[in-house]
Amino acid sequence: MIAVLKQKKIAALAILFALAFPLLIPNNYYLHMMTLSFIWMIAVYGLNLLAGYTGYLSLAHAGFFAIGAYTLAILTVKAGLNFWLAFFLSCVISSFIGFLVGLVALRTKEHFFAIYTLCVGYIIYLVIDKWDSLTGGVRGFIGIPSPANIGPISFQTPVSQYYLVLFFLLLVVFVMYRIVYSLTGRTYIAIRNSEELALTIGISTMKDKLVSFVLSIFFTSLAGALYASFIRFLGPDIGYISVMFDLLIFLLVGGIGTMSGPVVGTLLMTSISQQLQFLQDYRMLIFGPILTLLVIFYPRGVVGGVIHWKTKRTENNRDSRVGKISSHSSNEKQVKEG
Amino acid sequence: MEFFIQQLLNGLTVGSVYSLVALGLTLVYGILHIPNFAHGALYMMGGYVTLTMMSKSGLPYWLAIVISMIVIGTLGVLLERLVFYPLRDAPPLHDKIAAIGILLFLEAFAQFVWGADYQTMPTPYGKVVNLFGLTLTAQRLLIITSTIAIMVLLYFFLKKTFIGATIIAMSQNREGANLVGININKVAMMTFMISGSLAALAASLASPINLVFPGMGHLVILKAFVIIILGGMGSVPGAIIGGYILGFSESLGATYISNDYKDIIAFVILVIILTIKPTGLFVRRGQS
Repeated sequence: MIAVLKQKKIAALAILFALAFPLLIPNNYYLHMMTLSFIWMIAVYGLNLLAGYTGYLSLAHAGFFAIGAYTLAILTVKAGLNFWLAFFLSCVISSFIGFLVGLVALRTKEHFFAIYTLCVGYIIYLVIDKWDSLTGGVRGFIGIPSPANIGPISFQTPVSQYYLVLFFLLLVVFVMYRIVYSLTGRTYIAIRNSEELALTIGISTMKDKLVSFVLSIFFTSLAGALYASFIRFLGPDIGYISVMFDLLIFLLVGGIGTMSGPVVGTLLMTSISQQLQFLQDYRMLIFGPILTLLVIFYPRGVVGGVIHWKTKRTENNRDSRVGKISSHSSNEKQVKEG
Repeated sequence: MEFFIQQLLNGLTVGSVYSLVALGLTLVYGILHIPNFAHGALYMMGGYVTLTMMSKSGLPYWLAIVISMIVIGTLGVLLERLVFYPLRDAPPLHDKIAAIGILLFLEAFAQFVWGADYQTMPTPYGKVVNLFGLTLTAQRLLIITSTIAIMVLLYFFLKKTFIGATIIAMSQNREGANLVGININKVAMMTFMISGSLAALAASLASPINLVFPGMGHLVILKAFVIIILGGMGSVPGAIIGGYILGFSESLGATYISNDYKDIIAFVILVIILTIKPTGLFVRRGQS
């Protein structure tokens, strides 16, 4: 109980800090970086739902990020739709494409799924790159409008855009929280732990996997649409494998299959990237080994490591005090953490 | 008709390179059951090592290839020892991510050492040869013949030698192989050695036709994955046949459908296969 309260306190503090950030540090550059990392966080949450909780490593998410972004761009610039309608539609369209892909992709498992989605991601990238008339090809897509006003609120200034993105991030975190701690979330974790067992106890795994896949893509394409309206320029590179790897690194450093992992990982890695800017293209010289070492020694990232350490400590405390009952409650805790 | 046969020959060349890469990938998959995403990076490193040997040390083409095969083979063994061995009991997700980490590192490393520019590899086999009324460069002929030679060698190694038999045994049943006294670690290292050498050879043979650059392994590795799914994960003949199938369909597709989208053909084939049969074609019996 105390642990839960403590977690809520930390979450509340984090939200308060995020809300006060533009007032505390009135610097447009940092505000820009923060907004961008919030957008990445949303995408990483999408990936986390599928890879972390359902146990299916999709390597196509950068592709769906790009689909979300490009759909918004095409709908607003070429079709001239109202911004928020286009925004909503771009998420729906990407999710629908995701649904079609998922129907086929989810019939495969483990390695096949990873390879299949890797190829799907590459197809998406190639199509964006080659379909000149629709996407602008290598030249990129310029002139995407920033978010339209909602009533009296306008989103032209960096600060207002920051709050808009923050709003969507909090929404996504809230929805993720509700999903993960509901029966649906438990179902996903059951599928991750053993798909055969999940089938045996009466879970319709195909349906649940598909829902998880589509939801995960919905979040990722939402991030893509936000990215398009925030950066206002798109190149085919945002669908490339390197973006996929960035998302993976964010997720793994923070902690795959944890609630706060995406936030921690993205903040940590984007700020380290800032420090390592002089390395530019060579930053993977450091990030690549980090990724590998992390998987070997801390497979559940920073957050996973902290949780592990805490569980061990409380278990030791409890063992010395209560003894018998502890095994039951620690089991329960493990279930909660997934 | 002549044009058509010319395209078939092109397909044979491309298919040879694909087969060599896919062979290394499928051997490792057969032994360790990990899709080695870093294999494309080994391919890329192989190209650069050969190029450096030729340009910096002035070694002849063939000697450079042999050195490159040894270097990349050793690199493969190092990867097995340092990364995949510690992860042997981890969930499959971790192997994949670790391999991706290696891939990122090696690519950045190549860019750091050799720069991001596209480089050409000189070859002593640049002459144009006339064969039965067909024109092709000696390099292409070399690719086709040496690939076949290597495949025959590999076949005899796997089927006729004791060490080769241990590799087959381990891919059939890991525990069983261990029970009859096969040193699993040695076999795994050996397999990575062969796999790395094959990648280096493929890159060195293909580079004079294509170019050498840090991202040269991307498409090749993706296609190699398509091939081993096509031919059955872990199956050696499957990798060879799959490589040639893909080579032919690409060169014909590029001519008769669209040159722009020729790289998509491989992935479309994959999507179709996995749609019909989610476990891939030619899955060996008794293995999932």
